Amino acid sequence: MGRSEAVPSGEPDRPEVPEQRSGDGPYLQVRELRVRFDTEDGVVRAVDGVSFAVERGRTLGIVGESGSGKSVTSLAILGLHNAKRTTISGEISVGGRQLVGLREEEIRRLRGRDMAMIFQDPLSALHPYYSVGRQIAEAYRVHHPRAGRREARSRAVDMLGRVGIPQPAKRFDQYPHEFSGGMRQRAMIAMALVNDPDLLIADEPTTALDVTVQAQILDLLADLQEEFRSAIILITHDLGVVSQVADDVLVMYAGRAVEHGSVERVLRAPQHPYTWGLLSSVPSLHGDADADLVPIPGNPPSLINLPSGCAFHPRCRWADVNGDRSRIEVPELREAGQAGHLVACHLSAADRERIYRDEVAQVGVAR
Amino acid sequence: MSAETEPLLSVRGLTKHFPVRQGLRARGAVRAVDGLDFDVRPGETLGLVGESGCGKTTTGRMLVRLLEPTSGSITFAGRDITHGGRRELRGLRQDLQIIFQDPYASLNPRHTVGRIVAMPLQVNRITPPGGVKKRVQELLELVGLNPEHYNRYPHEFSGGQRQRIGIARALALKPKLIVADEPVSALDVSIQAQVINLLRDLQRDLDLAFVFIAHDLAVIRHFCHRVAVMYLGTIVEIGDRDTIYTRPQHPYTRALLSAIPDVTTLGPAGRIRLTGDVPTPLNPPSGCRFRTRCWKATDHCATEEPALTTRDDGGQLTACHYPESGPVGMPTGEPVEVSK
Repeated sequence: MGRSEAVPSGEPDRPEVPEQRSGDGPYLQVRELRVRFDTEDGVVRAVDGVSFAVERGRTLGIVGESGSGKSVTSLAILGLHNAKRTTISGEISVGGRQLVGLREEEIRRLRGRDMAMIFQDPLSALHPYYSVGRQIAEAYRVHHPRAGRREARSRAVDMLGRVGIPQPAKRFDQYPHEFSGGMRQRAMIAMALVNDPDLLIADEPTTALDVTVQAQILDLLADLQEEFRSAIILITHDLGVVSQVADDVLVMYAGRAVEHGSVERVLRAPQHPYTWGLLSSVPSLHGDADADLVPIPGNPPSLINLPSGCAFHPRCRWADVNGDRSRIEVPELREAGQAGHLVACHLSAADRERIYRDEVAQVGVAR
Repeated sequence: MSAETEPLLSVRGLTKHFPVRQGLRARGAVRAVDGLDFDVRPGETLGLVGESGCGKTTTGRMLVRLLEPTSGSITFAGRDITHGGRRELRGLRQDLQIIFQDPYASLNPRHTVGRIVAMPLQVNRITPPGGVKKRVQELLELVGLNPEHYNRYPHEFSGGQRQRIGIARALALKPKLIVADEPVSALDVSIQAQVINLLRDLQRDLDLAFVFIAHDLAVIRHFCHRVAVMYLGTIVEIGDRDTIYTRPQHPYTRALLSAIPDVTTLGPAGRIRLTGDVPTPLNPPSGCRFRTRCWKATDHCATEEPALTTRDDGGQLTACHYPESGPVGMPTGEPVEVSK
């Protein structure tokens, strides 16, 4: 994805709400995003100061385990958190518009039109009572109030065909339960794309699917991105998926970014011990099948009671290299080696290089 | 593993059809598992791999007799256990245990860990030397849990730890064979590796045989001696791990292998892209069941079901009229368009 760098100025016509877009700069810009939930047990710091940007036509993969804050980040961008229990601070700018602090109805006008989401489980994201086509047509009419029923229908049929559903006109009137898992995910993608959104957030879009169907859906997303030039955020726990489709990778741990850079850099020359751990714990189709996997010891921390200093230090084998520093001081994201490759770790560049070369790469990470 | 060893588990023509009724009339059957043959030798790990609906879980449940087979036979340690009743099976269940996929649903939330792990001993009225508590604490230690946590409840443990509790429970009766149904697919990657390593250590140290069910070919590769690839209720290819991964002969095995996104390759590296979905097991295609998605299928495939037989150049059994030959290369980035 994202083979050309130029940002096109041609926008689809949207007569209803004329707006200007900044032609240059990334389409989505997130700065110092913090999301907190008040719960009975305490304040959950689900996202704690995350910054990233996605340009049109590019794909950012956000990687992390459960509780790393990757889904919370995406819901914050779409304004889908319950405002009563959530505190969001920082900046989220989509196409030059600031979203944090926007009123609910203003965000609703953007959601589905400028930015859309593909959820993990299409069966629970589609309404079982309405036909698939009707749900897609409705998504279109919400943002095109002057569009007639017939126009919306033909648009939905068109989208179903575009995402590779055979006999779209017939499929329009079928219900979600009549679709297979892969077809439902295609229908979800059709619904997300019906208004030509510029930003598409896909939260584990293929996790519930079989591998052969997953390959189809990933290909489809790549093709559609080329056609629509949307910015895509792909949230996943699967580094394999990221390596196939992402241009850039953001690795999250306990609500913070620990590593950020191009997919080549992060997967080929990883800098953070957590990224090393992820890469060496994934079973691979190549390399020595009899060698033990190298798991990350321990469990992800509680977000209510984060470890002091670097949140990863209790699970990090190299936390003691710099004395007590990892236990006391939160590491900042800093450039590592190459422009645009950021890492949040107290290890010096020389230490990281030595450890990676002598201790990590040996066990079969990133051949 | 020599071929002369008497198999511990021997499955012949194993079949499970679930009748589908509409009102009172039978309307056909879901042919979930349709004639499986395989053996598992003592201390050997056999991987059952396939996509959803291929019948791998149904097979696992029949092996431990949680489901009654429609036809075929299961022989375990020389005894036919296909239709054994409760009493006949009791002695047998000690040797044959199962680990479930969902570490949240498979532990009783109202029982302490000690009670959960001791349950198999209690049910079988076994008092181990040194007492139940001592044995349970040994088991907890064996799977890497703190034996002091004997009195805690499942909700106090993380997903990976719960899966360890399930493993301790399966080991309580010192079984000879464990059926593990997707034991790591609900876990985070870093935890997944911990559990895979634990199972591998246990397998080696206790000389356990495993039937390891998973959809993830990379996980299977790190655990199994032999691999059976299933598609729509049948085995399409079975053989030694290295043969299956380096010289697969069935087109489906090749497609499955090339569909896995691998961290070691960047960019869309896929070479074989299957189109369409798995057909319904309610009415599987005639002849070869894979033919509707196969790029090599001919009219012959529609009329005659290929038998699972061995070819001269490989060690594996393959059910295909037009098997592939030669090694699978590292992905070259040249996509092969597959469409029918």
